[in-house]
Order: sequence, then structure tokens, then C-alpha cells
Amino acid sequence: MIKAIIIDDEPLARMIVQEYLQSYPEITVVQECGDGFEGIKAIQQHRPELIFLDIQMPKINGFEMLELVEEPPAVIFTTAFDEYAIRAFENHAVDYLLKPFNKQRFDKAVRKWLDQYMAVQAPMPGDAPVESTTVSSGNKTRELLETASHSPSQQQRVVVKTGGKIKIIPVEDIHYLEASDDYVKIHTHNGAFLKNKTMNYFEQVLDPSQFVRTHRSYILNVQQVTRIDPYEKDSHLCILQSGASVPVSKSGYVKLKAVLGL
Amino acid sequence: MARSPLSIGKFLLIFVSWWLIWAFLQTILLMGFGLSFGIALTDSLVSNTLVALSCGFISNNLQYYLPKKERYWYILFLSLGLSILITIACKGILVPLLDSLHRDPNYANFFSRSWPVRFDIIFLQVGCMTILSVLWYSSEEEQQQLQRRSDAERLAKEAELFKLRQQLAPHFLFNSLNSISALITSHPEQARKMIQQLSDFLRGNVRKEEQQSVLLAEELQYLQLYLEIEKVRFGHRLITVIHHDEASLNMKLPPMLLQPIVENAIKFGLYDTTETVTIMIEARAEYANVGPSDEFPPGAPNYVIISVQNPFDPETSRPKQGTGFGLSSIQRRLYLLFARGDLFETRVEGPLFTTIVKIPQTTHNTNI
Repeated sequence: MIKAIIIDDEPLARMIVQEYLQSYPEITVVQECGDGFEGIKAIQQHRPELIFLDIQMPKINGFEMLELVEEPPAVIFTTAFDEYAIRAFENHAVDYLLKPFNKQRFDKAVRKWLDQYMAVQAPMPGDAPVESTTVSSGNKTRELLETASHSPSQQQRVVVKTGGKIKIIPVEDIHYLEASDDYVKIHTHNGAFLKNKTMNYFEQVLDPSQFVRTHRSYILNVQQVTRIDPYEKDSHLCILQSGASVPVSKSGYVKLKAVLGL
Repeated sequence: MARSPLSIGKFLLIFVSWWLIWAFLQTILLMGFGLSFGIALTDSLVSNTLVALSCGFISNNLQYYLPKKERYWYILFLSLGLSILITIACKGILVPLLDSLHRDPNYANFFSRSWPVRFDIIFLQVGCMTILSVLWYSSEEEQQQLQRRSDAERLAKEAELFKLRQQLAPHFLFNSLNSISALITSHPEQARKMIQQLSDFLRGNVRKEEQQSVLLAEELQYLQLYLEIEKVRFGHRLITVIHHDEASLNMKLPPMLLQPIVENAIKFGLYDTTETVTIMIEARAEYANVGPSDEFPPGAPNYVIISVQNPFDPETSRPKQGTGFGLSSIQRRLYLLFARGDLFETRVEGPLFTTIVKIPQTTHNTNI
């Protein structure tokens, strides 16, 4: 049995996917979800092989939801119209269905995925080992997320998971970011949160007139700066409104001065 | 090209009368110097006809060629040259003519004594005419330029307004079609009803493009169509409440203004919370002189005030994010239509976001 989950905030949109899936007895819809929060819970609970995912949804959108899932399953996006998303899809092999879609188009997407999936499930003896589909589609999903999150709408907020809860941090609330092993620690006035991303990623995604990478391991919000003190030779310390101090390297100081207009 | 003032009947009449008066005065003047009536009349008719013809020539000539630079030197030399020519022509015509007609030996003598005065007067006349013509054509040209500029501005404004009205959200359309597609097999009746509603909505959208302003009552009906469709899409999550007073129903507003505001509120509300969302739409008439506040001077036009309220989550979104494209285009439209920046307002009270628009009611509500 192949488990599938449908995540869409419009009941009728879920209904049509459900209806089209009737002709696939091997696929069972284990749950329907109306928003991303439900979606994350359902994915963790059921570990589905495939999800049908809408992009525009309440609170967190489809991309943000996927970011919070540790091992994302294969995804077929269902969306009405989204320029950025379409551009993102075109560069990746994850399929997408433009609403309204007909049965033929739906079948094509599902068959394609099923073929890949079956090939992994029942490899012929003697065949070269085939890369696992779940892994490869997971990778594709990750690649897609990297591209999609460069769209302007994604820069307004950062979604993190903390102790089973999901937190949406508006970028204005970020004091500074700190590299921490494989994670980035996001410092806000409500405490610090970890996000499984790189410093380079945040440096690209955040508005460069608001956020400056002052150090290899630090990005700070210029709105929060109250004072810049000289520290050791060639380096400075930036004192933020919260009282925290952030190291500023020699090249970081040049960038910071440019943004602050000094 | 500017029209010559002499091509206008009224001006031509003034021009001719002017020369007749001038000729009459000159005849009297010459008789005062002891010339006989016949000689004085011939003299003044001939010289004034020559001057009048020259003036007509100048006026016509400047119509085709109006110097941009060195304009005043041009005026001076043109009038000076013409005046000399006229004086010489007067002498060349009058002296032999009167000699043959009246055989007055004193006339040639009189003319050679009077030519400096004649020249002065002719120069003044021609000079005046040249300056008047230059001023006339300059102002005509300026007016045409102003007209062209205001035409260009009007066209640009119209194009921009058209574009702003055209922002029918593709999301709404495609999602509605998807809902219909889902309903077709399970609830064909409902699918048909929704197709009907969507068609009426789109038809209204197309028709309203041409209208200048619509009654609030019509706009509310149209809004109802839109809300029905949205309710099919979002099911029980969406609740809408509409309040309006009697007077506001007959007030006018620009077409396609209300719906985008409500659409924005729905989007903002539905995508920012996961609970049931209530959208409050309120319209009321405000009479500036008896209104509840004194912020308007008495006698100022009345307004219809429309507010649209939606919930949002203040924890996660800043209201300014909600003023996405939907609202900035509304603000821009109101500014283009009424040339006022104070007709649009947004308010945040706790978890509620309110958009307020004021539409002035003028008696000549033609340009909205």
C-alpha cells in the first residue's frame, strides 16, 4: 500500500485529488489536511510516500511547511498560479499540477512518480543498485526549496520549529544570526531558535539593506545597532539594543559602514 | 499651426474699421495743412491702404515663420524695412498721381517736407502690428503646447487607471475553476450555479470598465456574487457581515474599488489565521456639515465611508505586509481620481485590520 496525504486549504480542491486517485487502488489517502500545521503532524504520524501539496495556505505556505519536515516525501504540487513557484518547478524534476487540471495531466504526474517508485521497490536481481526514490525526490524537494525561497515573498519571515511547535519569525524581529555547527541560531527578543540552513543562505535571502554579514559567523540586523566599539586590532564589537555584542571583522566593518552610510 | 487673427471674421472687421478711422483722421489733418479735400482724401486713402496691406502681410507672414531666437531684432528690422518701403512707395504713387489729377504744384513740395512725419507714423503702425502679431502667435503656440501636454497627461492617467482596474486576481479565477471542476461530478447543480455566479462576476467586471461611477447598491450586489464564490471555495471558514445605512446606497463610487479591498481582506484574513474568519464590511454616508466630527469645513462635499475589517495574527505579520498590491493600487487610484491623498486609511486594533476609504460625493461626478 502506498500512503498519500492531501494538503490544501480548499475542501473542493482536496476533493478533486481524492476523486482522481480513485483509479489508483494501490494508493490510499491516509489523511486530508487544511493547513501546513496539520500537514506536518500528519506527515510525521503516517510517514507517507507521496503528498499532494498546495502552495498558498494559511499561516505557513507549502514551501515553508516542507522546510520544517525532516525527511520530506515525494511531492506533487497543486497550485493555481504562482510565477515564482513555476519558475522554481521548471528547474527541478518534482512535478506540479496547475489548477484546474484534468485527469490526463494528473495521471501523467502520478504515473511518472509511480514508475520511479516501483523501480526502486522491486529491483531486478543483477541490476546496478538504483538510487532510492525517496532519497532522490527528497533531494529534489530540497533543491526546489532553495530556489523557491529566493522569491521576494519568502524574505519577509523565517519559519522555525521549536520543541514540536512552529514559530513564524518576522524578519524585523531578528536581532542577529549566529553560525552554530550545521545550524544557524536566530536571536530574537523571544529567545534564540535553530534553523537547519547555512549562513550563506541567509546572507542571500535577507534584505541586504537590513542585514549585514559582519563576520564569518554573524549576520546582524542594522536596525538593532546602538554602538560600535573598537575591539582588538582591526576588529570591532557591535552593541545591539538587546545588550548583546556581535563581533565585526575588518571586512565586515567596511560593509557595515556602507550600509549605515558612515 | 496657429490661425492668423485676420482669418477670424470679428478681427477682420475691427482691422478694416481701424484703417477707415485712421484714413478719416489723416484726411482732416491734411486739410488743416491747407490741402484741398480731394487731395487730402486721395493721399490718406493711398498711404493707409499701403500700410494696411503691409500689416496684413506681416500678420500672415508670421503665421508661417515665427523666429524663436533674436525675436525682437527681427521685429525691429522687419518694421523698419517695411516702413521705408511704404514711404518710398507713397512718394512714388502719390506725387505723379496727384500731379496728373489735380495739377497742384505745391503737393510735391508738401510731400518732401512731410515725409519724416509720415515715416514716423508708418513705422509706429507697422511696429505695433508686428509686435501684436508676434504676441498673438506666441500665446497661440503656448496654448497648443499646454493642450498637448495636458492631453498627454490625461492619456497617461487613463492608461494607468485602466491598468489598476484590470488587476483581476488570476488566483481567484483559477481556484474557482478548480472548485467547479471538483463539483461537476459530485454536485452538478452546484457546479452549474457556481459557473453562473462566476460568469456574472466576470461580466460585471468587463462592463464596469466603461462606467465612470456606480451606485453603492450596485457595487454591493456585485460584491455579493464575489463573496458567494469565495464561500464555496473556503467553505465554513469564511463568514461575511455587511452593514450599510439607507443613505449610502444611493451614493456613488468608482467601479471595481470595493471588491479588491474585500478580496485583500479575505486573503489577509484567511491566510494569516487557521480559524474561522469574519470579514466586516460597513458603508455609511457622511454629511460634512452635520457630521459627527468638525474635521471638515461646512459646505464641503459629502462622503460615503466604507470600511472593511479582517482578523490577522499580530504575532506573525506586520500590517504593512498586508498592504500588498491590492491596497497600494487602491490608494493610487483614489489619488488619480480625486487628487487627494487623505481618502485612504488603514487601522490596526488588536488582532483586527481595517481598511477605510472615503469617496467624495460631488454633484458633477463625471470624471470618476
